[in-house]
Amino acid sequence: MDTCLVRMRVNGRPVEREVPARKLLSDFLREDAGALGVNVGCEQGVCGSCTVLVDGVPARACLAFAVQVDGAEIRTVEGLTTDGSLHPLQQAFHDHHALQCGFCTPGMIITAYDFLARHPRPSIAEIREALSGNLCRCTGYQQIVEAVQDAARLGAVPEGGER
Amino acid sequence: MSGGKWVGQSVKRLEDRRLLTGRGGFIANVEIANLHHAAILRSPHAHADIRRLDVSAALAMAGVIAVLTGEDVRQRSDPFMNITGPVPYWSCAVGTAHFVGEPVAVVVARDRYLAEDALDAIEVDYEPLPAVVDQEAALAPNAPILHDNLGTNLAVRRRFSFGDVDRAFAEADLVVRERYRFPRYSHFPMETYGILASWDAASGLLTVRANFQGPFIIHTVMARALRLRQNRVRVIVPGDIGGGFGLKSSMYPYMVLLALAAMKAGVPVKWIEDRREALTASSSHADRVTYMEAAVRKDGTVLALRTRNIDNVGAYIRTPEPADLFARFSAMTGAYRIRDVALDLSAAMTNTSLTGPVRGYGGHPLYFALERTMDTIAARLGMDPAELRFRNFIGAGEFPYTTATGGEYDSGNYPECLRRLLALARYDELRARQRAARAEGRLFGIGLATIVDPCVTNIGYITLAKSPEERTQRRAMSGSGDVGTVRVDPSGDVVVLATSVPQGQGHETIIAQIVADELGVPIERITVHAEVDTLASVWSITTGSYSSRFSSVGSSAYAMAARQVRAKAVKIAAHVLEVAEEDVEWKDGAAVVRGAPHTALALRAIAGIAHWNQTSLPAGMEPNLQATYAFNLPTSRPPLDDDRANTQNVYGFGAELAVVEVDRASGVVRVLEYYTVHDCGTVLNPAHVRGQVQGAAVQGISGALWEQMRWDESGQYLTASLQDYLMPTAMEAPDIGMDHVETPSPNTVLGSKGIGEASSMAAPVTVANAVADALAPLGIPVTSLPLWPDTVWRMLKEAQGP
Ligand code: FES
Ligand code: FES
Repeated sequence: MDTCLVRMRVNGRPVEREVPARKLLSDFLREDAGALGVNVGCEQGVCGSCTVLVDGVPARACLAFAVQVDGAEIRTVEGLTTDGSLHPLQQAFHDHHALQCGFCTPGMIITAYDFLARHPRPSIAEIREALSGNLCRCTGYQQIVEAVQDAARLGAVPEGGER
Repeated sequence: MSGGKWVGQSVKRLEDRRLLTGRGGFIANVEIANLHHAAILRSPHAHADIRRLDVSAALAMAGVIAVLTGEDVRQRSDPFMNITGPVPYWSCAVGTAHFVGEPVAVVVARDRYLAEDALDAIEVDYEPLPAVVDQEAALAPNAPILHDNLGTNLAVRRRFSFGDVDRAFAEADLVVRERYRFPRYSHFPMETYGILASWDAASGLLTVRANFQGPFIIHTVMARALRLRQNRVRVIVPGDIGGGFGLKSSMYPYMVLLALAAMKAGVPVKWIEDRREALTASSSHADRVTYMEAAVRKDGTVLALRTRNIDNVGAYIRTPEPADLFARFSAMTGAYRIRDVALDLSAAMTNTSLTGPVRGYGGHPLYFALERTMDTIAARLGMDPAELRFRNFIGAGEFPYTTATGGEYDSGNYPECLRRLLALARYDELRARQRAARAEGRLFGIGLATIVDPCVTNIGYITLAKSPEERTQRRAMSGSGDVGTVRVDPSGDVVVLATSVPQGQGHETIIAQIVADELGVPIERITVHAEVDTLASVWSITTGSYSSRFSSVGSSAYAMAARQVRAKAVKIAAHVLEVAEEDVEWKDGAAVVRGAPHTALALRAIAGIAHWNQTSLPAGMEPNLQATYAFNLPTSRPPLDDDRANTQNVYGFGAELAVVEVDRASGVVRVLEYYTVHDCGTVLNPAHVRGQVQGAAVQGISGALWEQMRWDESGQYLTASLQDYLMPTAMEAPDIGMDHVETPSPNTVLGSKGIGEASSMAAPVTVANAVADALAPLGIPVTSLPLWPDTVWRMLKEAQGP
């Protein structure tokens, strides 16, 4: 089995591993980088639950091989939390009961984070469209949309994202 | 009653923090030492004999430890037990595969990639056999037979008659008849099945970790299949489940399959189902054909129903099936005062995947036929559908109400719910908007459904599959209990042991709310442990997270356990303070002497005494401060000899209304507005109720418009990816307008009932009724789902003629 040396920074921490060339990024993040918040809901690139930021751009970790993003800066939902306190976007999800089982939540939050960084004052229709690549089976979406709307109102994500 | 300090408030969830920060305790995140990984080879054929299975090449591959085959499964386990008889159902195809996706072999390897590689190296010679996928076709003469030992595809048929149905039909002014078809779809959760199985050969202990909604009767079923004693099968459910909606109560064949794989391989084995496997072979409700006849007086009174249901349960009967047929038995007449009912219920096996409990089990197809019938009656009589329902409702003063089929409805106020719904949706304005739209030639429809939400299964209902004579020869079954444990630790903080793991319903939060109120302690001082371990938890045959049990029997058990702790604390305080027990009352977390408010002992002090100074307790009292309370509902009786049965224990209610517009050119149905009014008794946490209802309503709407599992005529499965099986996104899901009526249940300690299932039962037919209303000017009937654009487009074309 061909292996390759893969290096990336995951939530600011360097990770370096020799892995099979065919190892998925989602498996790499979970198994080699300890980012267990990268939930895998389909491995078909459809559900969005595995969404992470690759060099600041949202990507489905189940659709890439780890080696393809060698050298990248990765951010997962774990990387939003500082000092154990919730990020304002996470707080908005909490305040609005925007999660039930919580399985879709990390991908949903990463998607919403990226969207708010680019669209600080979105309409409801824009929020719904932005989230339409992330499936949630529990909530019916209404409270997620309300959370994102409130997060926008509170300026939870600075324009251009956090550096 | 609502309005405790904590109960009744939208307390924010205790479980959120870990889930929001990527630290959920999902099964995929569980690791144990020396863990190996499994992959499952599945049948590509709907029906085929397995002539030869050669695993030698797979076994020779690097990293492969073992391969489990159907022959191993036959030797090492027994078919799963089932109420209807000798359907030879194992955890894996034994000799013959009966549906696409049925497990044929399991590879255990060092990692999942290697295990999946090895699947390709297994050689199987299949001899394809004729297949049948439709239940009526399966029951026709000369249909291919799935199980030769039965000689028929009919798994069960039972006929019932209550009242004088023939007379009612003879006296009717109007008889309405229709054939309805409710399709197969499923509330597939975002997290798939996951299992870790480990076998300790030295002590003969099997440990299965799984995101399972059990244990309930399924634990017994598993142990028997594995030929193990029940106390040697340890099932552990980790604290977070990524959605279940009933499906995860049907994962036990895999728990057995993986257990056998772990036993054969001699290493612990992990299997995480992939999405393709989930869509192809996890679980769904049975699709159903209903022939419904209603006898009606011209004033709109529905006198009687004749119903024939034929369920398609897939290739085998998987326990608790064919319960889908009987799960809503006590509510067959819905919210109406219908006394004469004839039922003819059967289940057929076909070469499709297997069915089982889902959110609303058996309710979607029941109400699809019943509520479509109500609308058809209204249309035939030229009566408003809301008015027809008001005329037939069980009255608010008639509770407790015993239905024709034996259901004991505990409480409710159906007319008030419907009144509030009409007000919430501004029904009169909607009808005016409809008139205006129709004048412009637009297809604008308003649909209603009013449904009873039966909660908390009485296990006795499963025995309705047997005749009364057969039932008397067996031991009777009844009950619906749950168990809660409340423990006060030596420092006065509280631990609650839950016996069911939620799949997003927030049990930790609600249990903490309940116990905080009962003991008068701040919620921060309570830790709820919501992980099931069948060796370490106190549980029973009905324990589990299913059938809207938590908010009814679960909440009752935790409240009662807390009250017992409180009663003991009062006894200790009276003894220590040297006053009579009657002179001590519980206030704000302390035992206070009546009339002497300064003479008091706080819970913390009492707990200290109970643990640290055990000999100071009243004579004969057990030390420590804890209680385990097993709560059962006395309404959970076995079916009566005349077949009447109270198949559930508390009965909620939902009234729903959809506003739709059908596009003439494309056939697209758009849901413009959706409203719902519920009665789930006492509301324990309004935010949770809202979330449950919204989620369930969107799942139901989706069943009406988008989701369907499909097989072609040869039994090939067509919807194995999320590109083919359409789940709604934030773009399609409508906002849900909501209101509530509270009629507390007299049967539960806090008066609460379930809430998660009503809308998933009501929404499909609510949307169907709205579409039927939209299409009414064209005379197009709506008798089946889903209402895909191309389906509706074809209906429009046919109505318009060539
Ligand atoms: S797991 Fe990656 S999109 Fe579903
Ligand atoms: S909260 Fe369960 S899938 Fe979204």
